[in-house]
Amino acid sequence: MTHPVPPSPVHPDVSVPAVGTQLPELVLPITRTMIVATAIASRDYQDVHHDPALAQDRGSPDIFMNILTSNGLAERFVTNWAGPAARVKRVKIRLGAPNHPGDTMTMTGQVTGVRPETGTTVIEVAVRGDNRIGMHLSGTVEVVLRAHEETQ
Amino acid sequence: MTTTDAAYDDRLAEFVGRELVRRTVAKDAVSTAAIRTWAEAMEDTNPVLVDDAAARATGRDGVVAPATMLQAWTMRGYAATQALARGEATPGAEGFAELVALLDEGGYTSVVATDSDFEFAREVVPGDLISVEEVVEAISPEKRTGLGVGRFVTTLRTYRDAADEVVGTQRWRTLRFRPKPGSTADGAEPAPVETPEPPALRPRPAINLDNAFWFEAATEKRLVVQRCTTCSTLRHPPGPACPACGSFDWDTVPAGEKGTVHSYVVAHHPRHPAFDYPLLIALVDLPGPGGSPGTRLTTNLVDVRPEDVEIGMPVVLDWLEADDELTLPVFRPDPEGQR
Repeated sequence: MTHPVPPSPVHPDVSVPAVGTQLPELVLPITRTMIVATAIASRDYQDVHHDPALAQDRGSPDIFMNILTSNGLAERFVTNWAGPAARVKRVKIRLGAPNHPGDTMTMTGQVTGVRPETGTTVIEVAVRGDNRIGMHLSGTVEVVLRAHEETQ
Repeated sequence: MTTTDAAYDDRLAEFVGRELVRRTVAKDAVSTAAIRTWAEAMEDTNPVLVDDAAARATGRDGVVAPATMLQAWTMRGYAATQALARGEATPGAEGFAELVALLDEGGYTSVVATDSDFEFAREVVPGDLISVEEVVEAISPEKRTGLGVGRFVTTLRTYRDAADEVVGTQRWRTLRFRPKPGSTADGAEPAPVETPEPPALRPRPAINLDNAFWFEAATEKRLVVQRCTTCSTLRHPPGPACPACGSFDWDTVPAGEKGTVHSYVVAHHPRHPAFDYPLLIALVDLPGPGGSPGTRLTTNLVDVRPEDVEIGMPVVLDWLEADDELTLPVFRPDPEGQR
């Protein structure tokens, strides 16, 4: 009973990372402008993402980053590392400590799986973003690498 | 009222499977302008978001939207957010309003989102008109968390294109909780100041020299089966010697991701605080490689109601990240499964 490794469906120009590969750390200063700009870019007009006084009325020390942005940053962190050929298959995050103005979020990641799937290769990356309070997000991003088109 | 009384539980349970938000179509189609605004704000330098030529060089037809921007296309926008703040109802979200009212009645007046799980079927491109509908998947029993006692509400949002094809799904979990005294204004949405902790962890597996490999593989989300290297017989649960030939030599093979329900039970009592009930415990048949005799795994079924489980049902592997130390295989109905 043998289990030959299936031939990689990925174009030879596209390098497939090994399990255990660490992604380069990303240190993100969280500014007030960034929290507001990303909230508006994601069409999220809830006051806790732009109005400090109302955020405080609601029990928060200041405005805080919205969830669409946490998802967007997890995606950016992995796709900017994986390259433009990568297509996002899954973004699964658990949310923790909020990101407030003045915080710094440090994003780290590691390849936890590489598996063939119907003509493609799926790269699974465990991601985490920590700020001064603790874990802002942790989860998994899966991207798909596939063969380039033979002719453009 | 006490929120643990059975009648209240039943009323909450009636929401499971119900549509919270009827299919709502975005006001505008996906546009390059909106994609660029997102990419700039996120400082996302992926060229396929803004540069047609760069996107074509990767085999795409042109620029694509960021995957996680899927949620943004159907966001209500400024005017409707203001209307909501004035107390006006959101059309199509009557189910959601009813559920929130029922949770308020139970004292669960605050909310914090805890989990988002996006799966994408295809990339969204300019011109796509996205819609979303949201259905309740589960409402947990009352749990003690760092924010206060509350219930986890899990919903599934399905995003479709103009041709009704699913472009992605988002499993969304919020904690609806009774704020600790003095922590926040009544009915407000507080910041998630800490990660909610369940009151109890799942029981620890009894790990020994013979089975450690299996749990270590599970930690890496690999489901493996022990194989005798003398006679190739597969065995599970793990053990030191081959039950077929007695050999002590073994290795492991991947179990694959597909199985079928051999049998199952629905546990109601006694209740352990780490589990949600009713709890589905199943024996799942895992085929051996190349049609050889397979093995049988004791596991949990997820994302299926007890009344919908059938013997022989095709199921597919998923992973339960129970806590920081424990990751276990679970199975869900296989959408591609053929009987």
